[in-house]
This record gives sequence, C-alpha cells and structure tokens, in this order.
Amino acid sequence: MAIIKVERPKLTAGEKVYFGSIFKGMVITLRHAFKSLLGKSTGAEALNSSGMGITMQYPEQKWDDQLPEYYRGAPALVTDELDRERCVSCQLCEFICPPKAIKITPGEIPSNDEWAKVEKRPKEFDIDMIRCIYCGMCEEVCPEQAIYLRPDYVITGTERSEMVHDKKRLYEIGGKRVGLVNKWNDLK
Amino acid sequence: MDTTLLIAAAIKIAAFIGITMTFVSICVIFERRFSAIIQDRVGPNRTMIPLSILGFKKDLALPIGGLTQPVADGLKFILKEDFTPSYVRKFFFWLAPVLVVVPALLTMAVIPFGSPMEIGGTFIPMAIADLSVGPLFIFAIASLSVYGITLAGWASNSKYPFFGGVRACAQMISYEIALGLSVIPVLMFFGTLNLGHIVEEQVANGWLLLPLWNDGGFIVSSGYWDDPQSAIQRLLLMVPIVISFVIFTTSIFAETNRMPFDLPECETELVGGYHTEYSSMKFALFFMGEYAAMVVGSALIVTLFLGGWSIGFGIDNLLPAGAWWVSLLHIGVFLGKVTFFILFFVLVRWTVPRFRYDQLMNLGWIVFFEAALINVFLAALVIAYPSIGLTGVLIGFILLTVVTILLIKVAKGATEKPSATAV
Amino acid sequence: MSEDAPANTATAEKQLPKDLAAEKGMVNVQIDGKWIQVPRGTRMIEAAKMVGTEVPHYCYHPKLSSPGNCRMCLVQMGMPPRPAPGAAPEYGDDGFQKIGWMPRPVIACANTVAENMGIRTTGDLVETTREGVMEFLLINHPLDCPICDQAGECKLQEFSVEHGRGQSRFKETKIKKPKNVDIGKNIRLDDERCIMCSRCIRFMDEVADDPVLGFSQRGTNTSVTVHPGYRLDNNYSLNTADICPVGALTSNDFRFQMRVWFLKETKSIDTNCGTGANTVIWTRGNEIFRVTPRQNDDVNSAWMPDSHRLAFNTLQTDDRLTSPLVQKDGKHVGTSWMEATAKAAEGLGMCQPNEVAIIASGRMSNEELYLTKKIAEALGTDLLTIVPRLEESDGKLISADRNPNTTGASLIWGTDDPAAKIDAIREGVASGKIKSLIVLQEDLLAEAGFKAEDLEKLSHLVSSHTHANPTATHAKVVLPSVGFAEKRATYVNVTGRLQRTNQAVIAPGETRDDWESLAALLAQLDQEYETPASVDKILNSLASEIEAFKGQTFGSIGDLGVQITETGVTIPLLEQEKARVESGQVVG
Repeated sequence: MAIIKVERPKLTAGEKVYFGSIFKGMVITLRHAFKSLLGKSTGAEALNSSGMGITMQYPEQKWDDQLPEYYRGAPALVTDELDRERCVSCQLCEFICPPKAIKITPGEIPSNDEWAKVEKRPKEFDIDMIRCIYCGMCEEVCPEQAIYLRPDYVITGTERSEMVHDKKRLYEIGGKRVGLVNKWNDLK
Repeated sequence: MDTTLLIAAAIKIAAFIGITMTFVSICVIFERRFSAIIQDRVGPNRTMIPLSILGFKKDLALPIGGLTQPVADGLKFILKEDFTPSYVRKFFFWLAPVLVVVPALLTMAVIPFGSPMEIGGTFIPMAIADLSVGPLFIFAIASLSVYGITLAGWASNSKYPFFGGVRACAQMISYEIALGLSVIPVLMFFGTLNLGHIVEEQVANGWLLLPLWNDGGFIVSSGYWDDPQSAIQRLLLMVPIVISFVIFTTSIFAETNRMPFDLPECETELVGGYHTEYSSMKFALFFMGEYAAMVVGSALIVTLFLGGWSIGFGIDNLLPAGAWWVSLLHIGVFLGKVTFFILFFVLVRWTVPRFRYDQLMNLGWIVFFEAALINVFLAALVIAYPSIGLTGVLIGFILLTVVTILLIKVAKGATEKPSATAV
Repeated sequence: MSEDAPANTATAEKQLPKDLAAEKGMVNVQIDGKWIQVPRGTRMIEAAKMVGTEVPHYCYHPKLSSPGNCRMCLVQMGMPPRPAPGAAPEYGDDGFQKIGWMPRPVIACANTVAENMGIRTTGDLVETTREGVMEFLLINHPLDCPICDQAGECKLQEFSVEHGRGQSRFKETKIKKPKNVDIGKNIRLDDERCIMCSRCIRFMDEVADDPVLGFSQRGTNTSVTVHPGYRLDNNYSLNTADICPVGALTSNDFRFQMRVWFLKETKSIDTNCGTGANTVIWTRGNEIFRVTPRQNDDVNSAWMPDSHRLAFNTLQTDDRLTSPLVQKDGKHVGTSWMEATAKAAEGLGMCQPNEVAIIASGRMSNEELYLTKKIAEALGTDLLTIVPRLEESDGKLISADRNPNTTGASLIWGTDDPAAKIDAIREGVASGKIKSLIVLQEDLLAEAGFKAEDLEKLSHLVSSHTHANPTATHAKVVLPSVGFAEKRATYVNVTGRLQRTNQAVIAPGETRDDWESLAALLAQLDQEYETPASVDKILNSLASEIEAFKGQTFGSIGDLGVQITETGVTIPLLEQEKARVESGQVVG
C-alpha cells in the first residue's frame, strides 16, 4: 500500500491567532439562530415544520401523509373479507420474534363452528408492545398472511398491562384484509 | 453595627443568592434553547405548569416557551435515585459537590450589582460585602473550586473520573496564572482593589473597554479633550486593555470548564469526566457550580471591563443618586449585561470545538502567560507615560519588543518536537 | 523393512476378505464406496446406518415388519457379475470382485446384504428416485403444516426439504378425505395427511395385538380407517401417533397445545409401574406438555402405555400442596419448613420407639427410601413398610407391581417383602398401640385400607404428599412433596435395573425436594446426622452401604440405566419382541 503523507496545512499568521475563524464561526451560528427565530430555518419548508428549527411539532403536526407504504408500525392481526380469523396459531411468529414479544395460546375451533374446517385458531394472542421492536419478522414468517405491521405508531399507555395488546385489540388495529389465503381454499 | 445595614445585608444575601440561583436555572434554559436555535432545532418549548397533578382539570398552557423547563429539570434531579457506588471514598465523594458550589456562590459576595441605594439617609452599597480586596477575594475563593472537582475525580475511585479530576486540576491552575496576570493592568489603571470604586470610576470616566466619555463629556465634544495628555493616554491604554480583556475572558472560560476548555468532563474521552459516578442532586450540584461560576465570571468581566451596573454614556450622572428606582434600574442594567455574557458563553460553546489537551496547555502556558506578562509592562509604560516622558516610553517599548521577540523564539522552541535523529 | 516382509509374502494362499468375514458370520458390503463387514442377514438400511448414513424411510421401523410400501428408501444395489460357466471369479488387488451396478433401484428396508454387495445411497439414480417418490407422496398431502401438530418433527417436512423438488407441478384437484376423525379416545385421525406407510396398522397388529386399523379403498383413494364397529381405544394407541411419520395420527391430549419446537426434552423414566419405561418429558417453561417413550431395548423397547404417559396431567392440577402445613385448632395453616420440621420431630420424640411406625411408599426413590430407613433407625422402630400395589399385568409393559420401586425398597431395607408389615401397622393403629405415624406419599384411606376414625386416634401424624387428600386432613404436619418430573432420583425396576429420573420442571410454591425434607427431619431426630449437600451425596452413601448399589452414581447410571440385580422377573412385551426377532419378522 502506498503511503500518502498528509502535510499539515500551512497557516498564515492571522489564522494562527484563531480569532478570525472563531469569529467567522460565531457569525455562522448566529445566522442560524436568527433564521430560526424568524421562523425561516433552512429546510423547514420541505419538512413542513413551523420554521422554528426543522423539527415537526409532533402532536399538532403529523407526518402521516408522508408515511411510506412500507412503514412498519404496530403489528396487528387481520381478518379476511368474511371476518374470519386468519391466524391459525401456528406460533411461527412467536418463534421468530427476536425480543419474544408474542405469546400465543393455541385453541381448537369447536366442531359446530361454521368454519371448523380450519380446526385451529388462537385462544389468546398477546403482543407486548413494550418488547416489540417493529422488525416485521412476524409479518414475514406468517404462512397465513394473518399478521401485518400497520402504520399505527402511537402506542402509548400508562401501565405495563395497557401495553400488552390482546387478541381483541390486535384485531381492532388490524381490521380487514382481502385476498385468498390457502386455508380457506377447499381445493388445497 | 447599624441595624439598617444588617437587615439590608440579610436582604441582599437572600436576594442575591436567589438571583444567582435563578440565573443558574436561566442559564440552563438559555443553553438549551439557544443551542437549539443555533442547530435549527426547537429545544424544550412546551414544558407547562402541571396543574393537573394538583387536582385541577387542565394543565396551564401559557405561551411561556418552556420557561418552566429548569424547574422540571430540577425536580427530576431531586426525584432521581441518589446513588452512591460502594467503592467510592464516601466522605470526599459527598464533600466534593459542596466544594464546587460554595466557592462559586461565595464569590458573588463582593460584586457590586447596583448603585448604592439611600435608605433612611444611609447609602447602602449594592454589594453583599464591599471589600477593598474584591478581585483578590474572588480569585482566592474561586480557585478553591478546583478542590471540589479534583476531589470528585479522586474520591470516585474510578479511572475516568480520576482523569477528569487531574485534568481539571492542571487546567485550572494553569489558567489562574493568566487570569491573575491579565487583570493586573486593569488594577494598575484604577489603582484600587475595591470593585465598587472600580465601577464608580467607570461611571465617571467611561467603561474600561469603552472610554468614550469622561468628566468633560463625550469623545466628540471638546470637553473630552480638556486634558489632552490624559485623554490620549486613556485611548492608548486601550491596547493593553483589549489584550487583557481577551486573555481574561478566555481564562474565565477555562476556569469554568466551559466548552472549548471542557476537557475535564469531555464525554467522548472520559464518559462524563469527574462527575461520571455522580447522580441525582449531587450531579446537579456540579452543574449548578459550573453555571454559577459562569454567572460570576460574567459578572466579573462586566464589572471590570464593561462598567458594571452603569448605564454608561454619561447617563448615570444625570440620574438622582441614591433613589431606589435608580438602584433598581442599575441592577437591571447589570443583570442585562451579565445575561449578554451568558449568551456569549453559550454561543461560544456551540461554535468552537473542543481543544486537544496539549493545545490547551500550550495556550495557557506559552501564549497567555507570556502575553499577559508582557501586557503588564505595556500597560505600565502607558500608565507611566506622564512621569517618564516620551523618551522613557520609547526606550521601554524597544526593550519590550526585544523581550517579546525573544519570548516568541523561546516559545517556538518549546513547542517544537525534538527530531527523531536527535538523541 | 523388506527383511520383515517375507513372513507376509511367503504365505502361499492369501485369505480373501470374504473368507475372513465368513469366519465371523459376516459379509463384506461396500456402502458409498467404503467396504465394511456387517453380520449376515442385516437389512441394507441397517448396514447403511452402521456407517452413519441414514437412508430416508417412512414405513420401515426396526420394531415392526417391513412391507416396503413407502418406497422412500430406494437405493442402488450392485453384485459381482455371475462368472461364465467354468470361469473362476476375478478378484481385484483389494481382494474384492468388481461390482456390477443394477439399473433399477431396490428398497433398502426389506433387502438383506450379501457378500461383495455394493450399495449406493447417493448418486443421480437414487436422488431422482427419491425426488419422484417425494413428489408422489406430496400429491394429495394438504398444506396443513401451520395447524398440524406434527410440524417440526414431521418426516415428510424433513425429507421434502432434503430430497424434494421444492415446487409442486400438480395441477389437478387434490383428493378430499376425512379430516379430524374421532377414532379413539386418545387419537385423532386426519386421512388427508396420511402417506400410507401402514406403521400404525402394523403396530396395532403386531405389538398391541389389537388389529383395529386397516386400509380401505384403493389406489389414490386408499385411506387408513378403523374397522367398522371398533374404536382405537387400546391402551397403547398413542404409540401410533409417535411412529406416524406425518400428522395423520395425533394425540388428543397434546392436540394444539404447543408447537414441538418450543419444547425442551428431558430424559426420564415412567414411575407408574414397576417396569419403569424410559421416557422423554417435553416441557416449555415450567409446564409439561407431553411425555413420550424413549427407546430402551432392555425395558420398554420403544413403546409406552397411554395411561402412564398421560399420568403427568395429574401433576399439574390446582390441588397441589405448595407449602408445609401444621394443624392448629383443627385447621391446617401454612408455615415455614423450619417450624414444620421441628413440629414433626417434636411429636415423634414424645413417643416410645415401639409406638412409632413409618408407612413409606413404593413410589419413593432409592434416596428417599434410604433416608426413611435412617429415620426409622433414629426413632428406633422397626415398624417400617410400604403400601403394596399389586394388580394384574396387562401382558405387555404394565407390570403387575404398580409401585415403581418395590425392588429398590427391598434392596435398601434388606427385606424380601418391604410391604410385609402394613397389616401389623394397620392393626396397631386401630388398637391404639401405635401413637405416632409417618406417612410418606401415600393416601392411607384410599389405598391402604385404613379407617378415618383410626387415624383420629393417633396422637401424632406426619404426612407428605404431592396433592391434598383425605389422609392429609388428619395429619398434624403435612409436608408438600414433589412429583416424578420435578426431581432427580433413582429407581430400581422389577427386573432389577437401576434407572434415574431427571428434573424437567420446578415444583410449585415452597415445595422442597423430598430428600431435603426427609434429611431435615432426620437431622432433627438425630443430632449427629450431617445434612447432605445434594441428592448425589445420598446416593453415594447409599452405594457405600448397600452391596447392590456399589459404585453407582448418577453418572454411571446413564440414560439407559444399569442392571444391578437379577430378580427373575421379565417384561412380557420384550419376550414377545425377542420371539419376533428370532423368527426374523423384525429387526429389533
């Protein structure tokens, strides 16, 4: 490997005193400060901020319009167009979940149920949103396309128990998804 | 002692400690908001008064721009777990934060923060202690705070705090020399060590850094030039005074461990420096100490170089001396000046990057020390001009130039590294 | 070097490998290019196993006959070409004849090896045939894996990953067959998943002697069914779920409880009868989900009765005792171990030696029985017994002695019949001669013929149980006890084999291991007794005292146990299996 000798830049006497540069620096920082005070921060417009800095004032201003299609928010369970549970509690998401946020208790669908063909569904399905890292592995691993990362990101609570999403809450967030899933297909 | 004075002193102490602590917390919000707007951020802007925890229906959402943030910060510090590691030297570990805060607050005692107020016929000086050794007292007490920091680093019994403590010790001792030397021309000029008198002198003859008026009037009026020799001398004196001001201000930065010189606590190298092992209120005390030192430093700069509480431009003389509103106005002016300097401190912190430790030491020992030393003689020449005449000044100036050149040579030699071959 | 050589080269007739092998009753087989000697009559699949090559298979099971109907184990076979009339076979430098490979594959499970045979378990032919077989097997197999209990331990999943095509070319409609069929109290049938290996049919026929399963219909519609009018209610039916390579037969008890990949396996033994079948306990967290048999050809072959494997459910009920109890004013209140032990010892100390009796249990481990004997010695009583539990053997794996450790008790206590004194104690209690009684792990009222009013006569009754029961209600001090899956202990089965259980889960509440509570009680009674630090130490002192246990440690017992004495008792199922092996029906 070639050795490149980097010379220190030769400083003039003025530069050596530093005061000039320090003053220049102060002018730059002050300019930013004044622009910010006047509500004209650089890049504020593009980000739709108030101009007092480029930060969005969160609860009042939201970025929802700009949320990309692939945004990974809270994981949730979805039902199909006939309100049937897609999840069959195969527990693959529980297995793959890196922070072990998912806990499933499998259950059997009673034989008198209209959709007893599928035999299995989750009795309980808890996702601990304190643990969840929004990685999307559950969505990726799900063989029944039953769990999706929804764009919901405002997951708050004042107690730990509130942060555990149970089955009901997960279906509430998840809503409906259409599209054929193999298990309902009589021919498969 | 006069009871009025006693009561007044008590009120002054209470008020001034209150004001200083308020300023400390204001420093925090200044620091946070100012740094935010410099960096195109918002900063803490929505801290409210949480009336809801007191049982009210709604929180009070006044447009105060997060001014209650320091209160919230303080509350947080108080409510956090005060954790003392098992391996520290307990006594000194507890003592250190106190040793940092107390000197910083003590130094406030001698600073005149307003014109004397007349109450019941007595003029009460607006300083807690109207000492005639003001600057000396400040230097003496302020230099004690290094013990706090060094003790904190040593008592923590952990390597990073120890490094921080050692660095702080070396840095503060080094810059105290420059600090002390740089203020000598000022004291030589005023010929007094009483800060109150220094301010009054500036009221009459123009601020030290801004000698635009004297007894006679403004610089543009003929009254200013009534005594041309002393007027010229006064203007000539600006050279050593500006040098003094730069060295003094910079040294104050170093003394307070502020940004370009915050090597004792630089988080990139030393985690948190000397206060790494501290938490909760003990940690807050270090912060308080640092900001209080900043406030005192600003106050000292203002007092020595910028006329203290005086409004300046001859206006003070037009106001009735001793009236209570005049005193309050002067206090306001003083605080305004201090605020300006605090903002300057903040601006510098968010503009200038941190020094390397050897650069810091070079600056202290090789540049500032020598420059301050030569500056003393330069000021002496200017001050002695009336008595030794032009010839004496010229001879002195030539001598001084030779010495300066020699000193620069020596300084250069000192910074040069020995070449690899020279053994 | 060459000077030593003549000894070798001078031998005029060099012995060929085939002759060397034949002397030992072996034959030479080349498997994947490597020559080995295997016993004559070995199946090709077993020969491959000897060199560490697993030939994929579904229908073959060493304990069952080999119909060869899954075709998964196809391998390429080769034999030396038959020499022309009059010609002598040609041997190569290595002493073997050249192998002529056959163009069509053969099944490895039903064919036996022969001298100079070649077997290829890899190669184009074998791999394409396997791929073809997999494709056929998967044609009608539903995509049930997400809900199938077998997923994770399914041979169809494993082999389709290893040998399958990865993608389906099947465009036609899959055959619909009955799903979720209730064919027996423990077993659920899913015909769509079945790959017609017939393992279950053969098991029920050959091992369980209850041939209720069979194929019905033909061709692609073939399905496993239970004979009309019969149900798969045999006590060995769950073994069919174990051997089912897919999820066609699944256990009702384990149905949809947990995916197998979450479960931790702990090797243990069954403690419901004297046989001590080797088991695996499957747990997740602190919960047991299932118990399955573990192969041990000297104890339980590869099977286990349903009643015993489902017995773990009684361990996970709500009526478990979780803390020591003492009786105060006729009511039981929870207390500390220290107080309970002190109270137990105090009551015992107040009686004369001949007024104290100990009723231990044949369900206790060797270590616990040993400590019980020490307690009896400390109390000076010889009224020490276990409760006998003799019932009918089922002629297979369930021993007539339902106590798992009667043999251990008689070895440790040095008596032929450890249960001999039960009648004497019962009478002693009834007559009031016995004032104090220690009952360990037994419900006297339910199983030993004691009467409640007799127990009331006792001045002191210390009992130790896993669950709350009628005997405990009369006890002055009740100590909670741990179940079989919650302790590390040793047992001696009816044939005299020393085996060990391992701890799979942690006992609930403040429950202590039984050896700890017994040792604490012993320390109270005998001030010189030094409380051992672990159960291993107890086995050490037991081994140093009892001849049969000499030198045994938990390590030396191993997973399969060691024979420490001969009792002459045999396990019927093993005898039946031996006969089938001898007649060549199964590999064994």
